[in-house]
Amino acid sequence: MSFMKPSKPVGIVGYGSYVPRYRLPGEEVSELWTEGNAGLPVREKSVPGLDEDVVTMSIEAARNAMKRATGAHLTAENLQQKIGAVWVGSESHPYAVKPTSTIVAEAIGATPFTQAADWQFACKAGTEAFQAAIGFVSSGMAKYAMAIGMDAAQGRPGDALEYTAGAGGAAYLIGPIEDALVEIEGSLSYVTDTPDFWRRQYEKFPEHAGRFTGEPAYFGHIMSSANALMEAMTLKPSDFNYAVFHQPNAKFPLKVGGELGFSKKQMEPGMLVNDIGNTYAGSCMIGLTAVLDMAQPGERILVTSFGSGAGSDSFCLRVLRKPEHNGAVKTRDYVARRKVIDYAQYTRMKGYYKLN
Amino acid sequence: MRDVSIIGIGQTIVGEHWDKSLRELGYYALAAALKDAKLARVDALYVGNAHSGALSNQENVGAMIADFAGLRGVEALKIEAAGASAAAAMRLGYIAVAGGLCDFVACVGVEKMTDQQPSTQESALAMSADGDYEAMQGLTTVSLNALLMRRYMHEYGYTKADFAPFAVNAHANAINNPFAMYRMNISPKQFAEAKPLADPISMFDSSPVADGAACVILAPSALAKEFTDRPVRVRASAVATDTVGLHDRRDLLSLDGAAWSAQKAFAAAGVNPSDIDLFELHDGFTIMSALSLEAAGFAARGKGVDLALNGEIRLGGRIPITTMGGMKARGNPAGASGLYQIVEAVQQLRGEAGANQVANARLAMTQNIGGSGATVVTSILERI
Amino acid sequence: MEVARFWRTNKQRYQLVGEECPHCKGKIFPPRDICPTCDKEAKVPYVFSGKGEVFSFSTLHQAPAGFERYAPYTVALVKLSEGPMVTAQLTDVDASDVKIGMPVEMVTRVLREDGERGMLVYGYKFRPA
Repeated sequence: MSFMKPSKPVGIVGYGSYVPRYRLPGEEVSELWTEGNAGLPVREKSVPGLDEDVVTMSIEAARNAMKRATGAHLTAENLQQKIGAVWVGSESHPYAVKPTSTIVAEAIGATPFTQAADWQFACKAGTEAFQAAIGFVSSGMAKYAMAIGMDAAQGRPGDALEYTAGAGGAAYLIGPIEDALVEIEGSLSYVTDTPDFWRRQYEKFPEHAGRFTGEPAYFGHIMSSANALMEAMTLKPSDFNYAVFHQPNAKFPLKVGGELGFSKKQMEPGMLVNDIGNTYAGSCMIGLTAVLDMAQPGERILVTSFGSGAGSDSFCLRVLRKPEHNGAVKTRDYVARRKVIDYAQYTRMKGYYKLN
Repeated sequence: MRDVSIIGIGQTIVGEHWDKSLRELGYYALAAALKDAKLARVDALYVGNAHSGALSNQENVGAMIADFAGLRGVEALKIEAAGASAAAAMRLGYIAVAGGLCDFVACVGVEKMTDQQPSTQESALAMSADGDYEAMQGLTTVSLNALLMRRYMHEYGYTKADFAPFAVNAHANAINNPFAMYRMNISPKQFAEAKPLADPISMFDSSPVADGAACVILAPSALAKEFTDRPVRVRASAVATDTVGLHDRRDLLSLDGAAWSAQKAFAAAGVNPSDIDLFELHDGFTIMSALSLEAAGFAARGKGVDLALNGEIRLGGRIPITTMGGMKARGNPAGASGLYQIVEAVQQLRGEAGANQVANARLAMTQNIGGSGATVVTSILERI
Repeated sequence: MEVARFWRTNKQRYQLVGEECPHCKGKIFPPRDICPTCDKEAKVPYVFSGKGEVFSFSTLHQAPAGFERYAPYTVALVKLSEGPMVTAQLTDVDASDVKIGMPVEMVTRVLREDGERGMLVYGYKFRPA
């Protein structure tokens, strides 16, 4: 087992989230495709506006992370020059070839002397960037590294995924422990070749293997990953104040958490899926921001992602101090900022109509 | 410097000329003006045109119209100054004749707009704005004028309906102009109820996209009487500029370029606003009429709309404007409109305006604006 | 699409980078080489806060080529808190809620795309603050 503990302690120096303003209630999808007879996997999901994509959402989340990272000892200009990596994990990068990350890096003023890359691993693309950033900073190769998980998820019209495929995510600025709000105590990654969900090159929508996405994929990987991390760190569920799992629907995370031994109370602060849907690479990463907005110093958090194909990353975090928000919007405030749209507006925002 | 007069005028009907091309329109106006001046050939041809590149995929329009008109070999240039292109062509002609470089100059304004779809027309018109900081943000000419109108209403307390007299007056005057595009009355009620194009601007605030061409022939005043009984003297020709982008203006609701252009013209002519008998102003939008009246000194700041509400802009009012329908109702073939203004002012000064004749018209002023006030050409013409 | 043209204005569009006049300390946006206040050379970069208020606005229905899929959209003159005026679209707001004087903040959004194959242009817009 390969437990990852940074040789030099590192932490989360700043974090920020983003959720678009628009919401599509599950009833809208159900009404159109099933005459209202489908069970709803989430109440509603977030939908990006006509002028939003993974680039713009990543920029806003990263700016929020920069706001929380700056303070008396760290000015914005000082910080910009020391960001050694801008990494964006997503499965909906606007370009197939041309990095999202260079646009984000330019917008947050981190260019030109920085690493920039786009990461891809279905819904765990964000946490793998996060994990790599830990190593990058701990090794001394970068003072700070920005790791972003963000998606404007695709779901084929009428498919089960259309109810849940949401938009949003989070950005984390990883840095030295002395600047940190949260210490990263350890992490672990667990992967196998399990084809539960995929999207081929040039296809607009992903395919999935139905119920096969459950036991062998989502549950198998998350259980193995989370249990292995707790075992490596000799911690048990009751040692954690919060647990955040990948949230493809409202049922799975609570079920997997329950099987691992976590209570609803530990999981609810990070559960956003009923309000914003499945934000794919952003899912557990934005759930964590909601926890950090309210967590107290000394509290411990388990975060476990899941990415189809398949793998799961687990992280053990401990809160060092409460953040100064400096104008950064809190995650629950983004969630509360909502305008409900109907299916017609949704199809337009998703670009399903060909105009030219 | 020589004194300059207009010895011939010509124009095509303004409208949707599906069967006529850019070169034909330009030629027809030129031919009509040459015929009016009883002239076979000119020393130079200056063509005002704003959008031939974007809307007709055609540049080099000076040579093209010269060739099509049978004037091969003549000095011919196109001049572009957005919506002020036509008046700018006249300015160029004025410089050439006044400076003694040419004796007879034809100034043509021509625009062929209807070959393109509305979105292409919008982007062509938006090229008159700041490309990097206005057009790139998705703004159009209509919306830029809407920003002016909204702020004007906000600062001075006018309602949208208060702008109706500009459009109502223009349409009433167009009825008697056989060259006008929309020869019908509109009511204040129709104006108030029109759907917005870019609120607060509606269809009735906005001048219509159209095809058309107009032309004047300039000559030294000393020679003018040999060609016409009723030459019209150019007392002033003045150009001034302001920032292209609205966001860069010193004061959003002051058209400084229009004010400077008018002041130069008044100084050159040695006259005051009170001496002017009619004013063919740039009514591309109702808000432009109000701002132009204020900039040129016919109304105090914020009082341009009041002037219209009080009926002073109508025929018989203190300062009649858009006496043949203006851009609103005669139609607005962008880079040709400035010469329609001149042609109509000449009609008034010759006493050829028919039912719309301004009694005893002696001094007429025209003002042609490119962009939302960036290039402004003012002319003052006098009946000799 | 004019790739180089968009590229060379990236800093202005992504971050509202303008200038500060070294002579009169006036803040300048969009950047220009001559200070509009004191007419002296001004080339010192200055990053604007992105805070401002709506000075005027309009919702347009007939979009120019390249912007059709976004219509109707609201455009505005925004008076930045540092002084200059900027022309931009408003976003994340219903047209009926926009008022003159409304506080707004800069966000980076998609301005347009050159069809399905062409490049995406990102830049500033403003939303209620």
